[in-house]
Amino acid sequence: MSETPSITRDDVAHLARLARIDVPPEQLDHYAEQLQVILGAVAQVSEVAGDDVPPTSHPLPLINVFREDVVRPSLSNAEALSGAPSVESERFRVPRILDEE
Amino acid sequence: MASDLTRLTAAQTATAVASGEASAVEVARAHLDRIAAVDERVHAFLHVDTKGALAAAAAVDARRSAGEPLAPLAGVPLAVKDVMTQKGIPTTCGSRILEGWRPPYDATVTARLKVAGVVILGKTNMDEFAMGSSTEHSAYGPTHNPWNLDRIPGGSGGGSAAAVAAFEAPLAIGTDTGGSIRQPAAVTGTVGVKPTYGAVSRYGLVALASSLDQAGPCARTVLDTALLHATIAGHDPLDSTSVPAPVPDVVGAARRADIRGMRIGVVTELGGEGYQAGVRQRFDESVALLTELGAEVVEVSCPHFPYALAAYYLILPSECSSNLAKFDGMRFGLRVGEDDGSPSVEQVMGRTRAAGFGDETIRRIMLGTYALSAGYYDAYYGSAQKVRTLITRDFAAAFEQVDVLVSPTTPTTAFKLGEKLDDPLAMYLNDIATIPANLAGTPGMSLPVGLAPEDGLPVGLQIMAPAMADDRLYNVGAALEAALLDRWGRPILEEAPSL
Repeated sequence: MSETPSITRDDVAHLARLARIDVPPEQLDHYAEQLQVILGAVAQVSEVAGDDVPPTSHPLPLINVFREDVVRPSLSNAEALSGAPSVESERFRVPRILDEE
Repeated sequence: MASDLTRLTAAQTATAVASGEASAVEVARAHLDRIAAVDERVHAFLHVDTKGALAAAAAVDARRSAGEPLAPLAGVPLAVKDVMTQKGIPTTCGSRILEGWRPPYDATVTARLKVAGVVILGKTNMDEFAMGSSTEHSAYGPTHNPWNLDRIPGGSGGGSAAAVAAFEAPLAIGTDTGGSIRQPAAVTGTVGVKPTYGAVSRYGLVALASSLDQAGPCARTVLDTALLHATIAGHDPLDSTSVPAPVPDVVGAARRADIRGMRIGVVTELGGEGYQAGVRQRFDESVALLTELGAEVVEVSCPHFPYALAAYYLILPSECSSNLAKFDGMRFGLRVGEDDGSPSVEQVMGRTRAAGFGDETIRRIMLGTYALSAGYYDAYYGSAQKVRTLITRDFAAAFEQVDVLVSPTTPTTAFKLGEKLDDPLAMYLNDIATIPANLAGTPGMSLPVGLAPEDGLPVGLQIMAPAMADDRLYNVGAALEAALLDRWGRPILEEAPSL
């Protein structure tokens, strides 16, 4: 791409929603300005590599790693729940996940 | 025995403990006292585990008394960057979102340190989730550079480097995603190594960018760094990206320190314009010294390195936005905004993440969300991955001509606290010379090569080697370190003002 798309406060609000972060309205312009500057500086990546260059997602040529399917010691239920903000009946307790009727 | 146990190297301390000249408990107490005396001003530590450290030290002394064999670093104190889990010990990653969290398990690195009898003193300060070059993005306040308390100690592992430079610990664990071990080492006059990607297990290292993150050693000498490297490295079945290959003989290389006949390349693209005059001066002098030591020095061009920073600041935020999605207030850490009526899980997540994450973390998550979003993926993340290929090819071509590459570690010496806090892009430029090695997964070391004449602050030289040839870093680093010590007459940290 030759030009960096401009980032508006609405764009930032959308990104914040996608990222599940309640960014206060008074900070949207500030982030828009900063993201615009950063994107302007990094957009040059699209001008460097041609179509013949394969992407690298990982520095090692590892494909997959398997182990024997055997039971090993692991965290107890209590240990796994030890850092939870809320616990009920030996489970993570979470806020409602469905819309109210 | 030296009157001050905190001034010994790790190798000297281990020898003193093994011979009974000093007890591990005495050594631990000396460091805990030092922390109590200076850390209010340095703020290298987020948590000091006095009880645990003394118990670990007593266990080493008991083993020695019983005539049991001790590992090479048994009884040596160490500080751990607060991004590595240690069972039962607070692990915050410099973030409010993990305040008070006590992990139920040890990272592999932590577990190996314990088995080796290394005495863990506590957890060190860092930029939130390892994003930053100054530790100013820590939710718990910045660390101060022991050379000048108004200056940054580097980042993200500024706490680990400052703890080592301030003689609060002879050893520390850092993690390096774009330079977070090497840049703090450079600006604090200490040694730091980012091993080959996959050489040190990432199990229990809270992930920032999984394809870039690598834990490694921080110390005051090249040999101490090698001893710690050998203690923590090696294949780990718990990390599927761990390299199933033997660890290169880094300790042997550090003891060899012979670079006669080696071919060393100065990277054309890392230096010159944008680099502080005193940094360039000390770097050039060091290159001349490498020639005097018998190496053949040539200039090598890595034409795509100038694009590394741009590629990194798309790849890192992309991986970060994905990795940090787990901090949603459901299974561990902070949860806020639940007491207002009957909020949905999404509302609680949004409130928790807004309250728990700092400015820089939010910025990078949103940047990554943007780079990965529909319509922009190919132009941003896709293009950055191609640049990553080109940088890896640059390294491969360079290492056909030379055995190692060298450059200044950072463009400048330590800048003032607050100076770049409101200018993210200026902050990112600190990593310009360290990022290529992360993108390619190759190892790098920073070691001190003098003080910049204009400000009297430490300058770091970076050595880079091919993947799994980490031993070359130690050979070259130790040779240069010995020659510089010969020239200076005493270690560089002796020049630092007393705290």
